[in-house]
Amino acid sequence: MLQILRTSTIMLALFTVITGVAYPFAVTAVAQIGFPKGANGSLFEKPRGAASSPAHTNARDWRSASNQPPQWAGSEFIGQPFSDPAYFWGRPSATAPVAYNGMGGSGSNQAPTNPALVDAVRDRVAKLRQEDPENLAKVPVDLVTASASGLDPHISEAAALYQVGRVARLRKIEPYTLNKLVLSHLERPTIGIFGQTRVNVLKLNLALDAKTEEVSKLVIPAPQ
Amino acid sequence: MNTSAWMEIGLFFVILIGLVKPLGWYMARVYAGQPCGLDRAIGPVERLLYRVSGVRSDEEMTWTTYAVATLVFNGLGVVVVYLLQRGQQWLPMNPQQLGAVAPDLAFNTAVSFASNTNWQAYSGESTLSYFTQMLGLTVQNFVSAATGMAVLIALIRGLTRRSTGTIGNFWVDLTRSTLYILLPLSFVFAVVLVSQGVVQTFSPSAEVALLESTTDAEGKSVTTQTIPLGPAASQIAIKQLGTNGGGFFGVNSAHPLENSTPLSNFLQALAILLIAAALCYTFGDLVGDVRQGWALLAAMLVIFVPMLVVCVWAEQVGNPRLTEIDVDQTSNPFQSGGNMEGKEVRFGAAASALWATATTAASNGSVNSMHDSFTPLGGLIPMWMMQLGEVIFGGVGSGLYGLVIFAILAVFIAGLMVGRTPEYLGKKIESYEMKMASLVILIPPMVVLGGTAIAVSLDVGRASVTNPGPHGFSQILYALSSAGNNNGSAFGGFGANTPFYNCLLGAAMLISRYWLIVPVLAIAGSLAKKKYTPPSAGTLPTHTPLFIVLVAGMVLLVGALTFVPALALGPVIEHLQLTATR
Repeated sequence: MLQILRTSTIMLALFTVITGVAYPFAVTAVAQIGFPKGANGSLFEKPRGAASSPAHTNARDWRSASNQPPQWAGSEFIGQPFSDPAYFWGRPSATAPVAYNGMGGSGSNQAPTNPALVDAVRDRVAKLRQEDPENLAKVPVDLVTASASGLDPHISEAAALYQVGRVARLRKIEPYTLNKLVLSHLERPTIGIFGQTRVNVLKLNLALDAKTEEVSKLVIPAPQ
Repeated sequence: MNTSAWMEIGLFFVILIGLVKPLGWYMARVYAGQPCGLDRAIGPVERLLYRVSGVRSDEEMTWTTYAVATLVFNGLGVVVVYLLQRGQQWLPMNPQQLGAVAPDLAFNTAVSFASNTNWQAYSGESTLSYFTQMLGLTVQNFVSAATGMAVLIALIRGLTRRSTGTIGNFWVDLTRSTLYILLPLSFVFAVVLVSQGVVQTFSPSAEVALLESTTDAEGKSVTTQTIPLGPAASQIAIKQLGTNGGGFFGVNSAHPLENSTPLSNFLQALAILLIAAALCYTFGDLVGDVRQGWALLAAMLVIFVPMLVVCVWAEQVGNPRLTEIDVDQTSNPFQSGGNMEGKEVRFGAAASALWATATTAASNGSVNSMHDSFTPLGGLIPMWMMQLGEVIFGGVGSGLYGLVIFAILAVFIAGLMVGRTPEYLGKKIESYEMKMASLVILIPPMVVLGGTAIAVSLDVGRASVTNPGPHGFSQILYALSSAGNNNGSAFGGFGANTPFYNCLLGAAMLISRYWLIVPVLAIAGSLAKKKYTPPSAGTLPTHTPLFIVLVAGMVLLVGALTFVPALALGPVIEHLQLTATR
């Protein structure tokens, strides 16, 4: 019995060194050399010429944050909250205390029979309708249901196309141009099999800001 | 359900079954001590381990010694993980300066990881330091999986050896499972996951700018977002391969940095079942008749596939209450559709249902969608999968030794029907084996139903419920089914971190893991002592479709008779409420 306890102790100590220390450090070394971008959160900087239009940047907010604005514009895999009707909206997020809180991913965990869920969805549908009264289509389900992580970066193609009319009107861009923008941002199933066709909302909105700027430059001032 | 989802599920089975033979063959060589290709790299480490710990690798153990070694080693694991949590404030690698974990939560977590359950009552990143995660939890991920595999191999030795008192050496089985199987597979898999965008770093979290600033619950302006980082990929690889299931982040494999792309999702789902499926071939190889292994795998699939179909269908149909309020849940080329509450767009409803079925068939318990938000029937499938005793794939090793017990039960009942002495693989099944097998089969339902009865009859038990109506009962039943079968998944809204549930569920996990391991090893010891009985005209062949149906039927019968009344009170009523016209 004591012999077994002694062997157990030594074995556990050795396995701790091998699987608890050597293994994670070895994987980290290979990951940092082989795939530095993915290993560090797939962060990206703001693309050139994609400075957001002044109408959609609140200068006061930048001053209220004591630090320098961060170098990164976002992570490829982590969604951001959007509520301005002139942006494409992502999925509702159940994280607290703020939507898309990176440090506290969470789903709503509401059951399909929970009246709170039905009420929440009804409110979201009403909000979409209110911002876009002319659009009478049914609302794509992923646009009004909370994601599992609360950080879902994507919406379905249907959910993006649903919002084109609203965004086009507020941005004064041709719906046709915006449709093309959405289609150029589609991520299709990997080799046609894995996953669903989807749009990365943050990337789409960054491209939308760039497009807005491009279009506004093309407008010829009216002759006096 | 769109075409890509169908193809994804089809391909899942093709690849899974395709990998069974090569990996199963490799593992058989590892356990038989034959050259397996990695000997030159790993052999020296293995021998060093034995030398330092004073293990003689050729020393054989009786079943009692084997059981004592298993229990002492696992018990020590519980104590160490408990102490690490209680003392993490004095230990290094604690950048967030997290304090000691409360005693009840520390007990629950220690038991949870040592027993290969990985029930997570703690809230991920905000409770445990990096030190505790790596040196406590990751280590248990490996050795708890290796323990399950070791017990399976001991049972196989019991079936194949003749007239001997010994069933192998626990230390050797533990070491070889870890070093030759779990560690190399995890290493390769972790690197593949990083290539898909799963994070692996020791740097602190990163700050990014929000494109549109927002306000928090108190009305304060928020302009930045914190991206959580950490050594996630290395833990996720073993969490899936070792059927552990404990996530690096709170929302487990739904988190975009823990499961970043549809491909990473597919591979993780595959990894959940991979070793458990391949062990069937290892079993057949080691007992000298691979058909025996294929038959057990077929029995698993006979149950798994229909359950999967029901779950995918239920989730793809969606929530009728949302259709009433102008929501489009149809599946078409532009959207996955279905019940998307608690699901991620990159996976869609079908791949989420595939995962839910796989993670509860195996005793994995990781999630890529929130089971609490599943439709009633979609949520019934994962719950019932656990209640079947985690023998449809099940935990690595533990699932197959559980199914072998059901096979023994099947030959026994078939033997009664035709009036002959039952035999399995040339070993007579007698009253001692049947008593032990009954323990293995009856203890988990007793824990699940008894625990649920206690919880629903006490105020502290009902206080953790967060959804109204029959779904609230389902939350409690799901928690007990998960802990009582060492799965670890949850209806996530359930408030599990209370002293009452930490103790109740901790006890459930302990009982259902170790009170099964001991009778299984007892059967192994008893079978090893017996002589080989050559098959006669009256022997029931155990590789035929008839036998496959018998075994699957036995699992379903026990599962249905035991749990249908409880399921009727939860998901079945909820389903009727949801579909009733109002």
